[in-house]
Amino acid sequence: MRATARGSLVRVLSQHAFLIIICLSALYPLWFIGSTALRSNAAYQLDPTGFPSHPTLGSLRTILFDEPLPRWMWNSFLVTVSSVAVSTFVALLAAYAAVFGRFRGHSIFLSTSVALMVVPPVTLLVPMFVFMVDTGMVNHLQSVIVFYTGLLVPFAIFFMTGFFRTIPQELIEAAASEGAGPFTVFRRIVLPLSGAASFTLIVVQAIWVWNELLIALVFLQSESSRTLMSGLAQFQGRFVTNVPLVLAGALVSILPVVVLYLSGQRFFVRGLTAGIGK
Amino acid sequence: MAFAFGFPLVQVVRDSFYAGNFDSPIWVGLDNYKGVVSDPAFRQSLLNNMKLLLAVPVMLGLGLAIALVLNDRIRGGRHYQSIVFLPYVLPATAIGIAFSFLLQQNGVLNTALRKAHLGGLAQDWLGNSHLAIVSVGGLVVWQQLGFAVVVFTAALLSLPPETAEAARIDGAGWWQLQLRVLVPQIRPIIELLTVIQVITVISWVFNYVYVLTAGGPGFSSSVMELYIWRSFSNGSNGTAASVAVMLLGMAGVLIGLSLWVRRQAIAA
Repeated sequence: MRATARGSLVRVLSQHAFLIIICLSALYPLWFIGSTALRSNAAYQLDPTGFPSHPTLGSLRTILFDEPLPRWMWNSFLVTVSSVAVSTFVALLAAYAAVFGRFRGHSIFLSTSVALMVVPPVTLLVPMFVFMVDTGMVNHLQSVIVFYTGLLVPFAIFFMTGFFRTIPQELIEAAASEGAGPFTVFRRIVLPLSGAASFTLIVVQAIWVWNELLIALVFLQSESSRTLMSGLAQFQGRFVTNVPLVLAGALVSILPVVVLYLSGQRFFVRGLTAGIGK
Repeated sequence: MAFAFGFPLVQVVRDSFYAGNFDSPIWVGLDNYKGVVSDPAFRQSLLNNMKLLLAVPVMLGLGLAIALVLNDRIRGGRHYQSIVFLPYVLPATAIGIAFSFLLQQNGVLNTALRKAHLGGLAQDWLGNSHLAIVSVGGLVVWQQLGFAVVVFTAALLSLPPETAEAARIDGAGWWQLQLRVLVPQIRPIIELLTVIQVITVISWVFNYVYVLTAGGPGFSSSVMELYIWRSFSNGSNGTAASVAVMLLGMAGVLIGLSLWVRRQAIAA
């Protein structure tokens, strides 16, 4: 008995040690970004691993006041809000029609959505770019908003369909038998029930749009139209020798995501793993 | 959906048979494809995507190990899990930039190794043409690991506790319990996640490569997506389109596979 007790103590300790090592390696790059952003370039050059013993806000001040970073952030914000709003709205209606309306071909429609979820965006890049050039949308935020919305919709439909299927069909039928039309049912019954699910969906899509680089890089090439990510990528090339400055930019791009994550963790975890259908 | 997918999917196939600029395209048949296949830069890119496949078992193995330990009702398990998942939600661009500084010739990793008198292990992680793609793989594992952990943890939680209890009463040791009883039960999920991560490393790694190595040195750490982007930036739209079609073909096979595996996973 004693031997097993000691055995399990050793096991528990080694399990914690293992998890702590994993967590430290997950957190270290974040510490590196945060601490370096607060150091002077001279201090960093002297010793890149050092502790920020004389913290300075110099780099943060530079990127926020002397560089177009606030503008890029605003662009990212606009793009994120518009494309997520449109795609969520479209998906709510489409999923409602597919699950409760059961229009002809709804199952083909749904499996098409699942397949399109994983089409690599890079393959659509060339024709979309030509289209945007033809319509004069290059370097305008509309170009990426349209593209992002299109890319988001399949996942959004997949996600909302999965949720709507958990709503008891009887609830809808009961309302319909009392004379409520499909739009009334949608507004009065389905929408109020979908609050948490819609919020999860919005969070997941917002993260995706905020983090996207390739499309933003190609479609928004003028200094004032960049999103935060494509701006950062360009920053990296321009200030190779000023690491704290570049990392201050990285810090600013990460902070909103971290804050959102800490405030709504369960929505993140549920939403981001929704692709693994149950 | 028809606009964002239908139109470009048809158009990209059409473009792949033409050369020249968009105003005066010239029909060249399969020449774009022939040109691409004989281009060493393309071969290297394809090879690198294949090398990145090795990141998948590393990521899933490590993720499974973490999930199994967390499943032992370990104290603070939820906190561990939320830390491990955090990297997955962060912008790959910002993280990639941080890693590019960590891994520089005189960056943090090498400085730390030299301080620890392990200078012999210091490498030019990004500048060495053999190591650059390994560094990319490391970054992919670092960011995607949390996803695997969360998926596996959820799968383990949904298992009926009776089977594990019965095995314990029959005297199964810890390792036996994990490998013989728990892991086989979540096999469908492991298979599904494998397919999903294979799709990721074949066709969703542009971000990592672009900020970490930009495909360099030369094109030694380029991947197919980066090759498409480079050809497109140079004005070789036909070339870009033909690689896009090939990538689409590969993704198509994998997507078909994922739909099939998904059905198995849900049925199980």
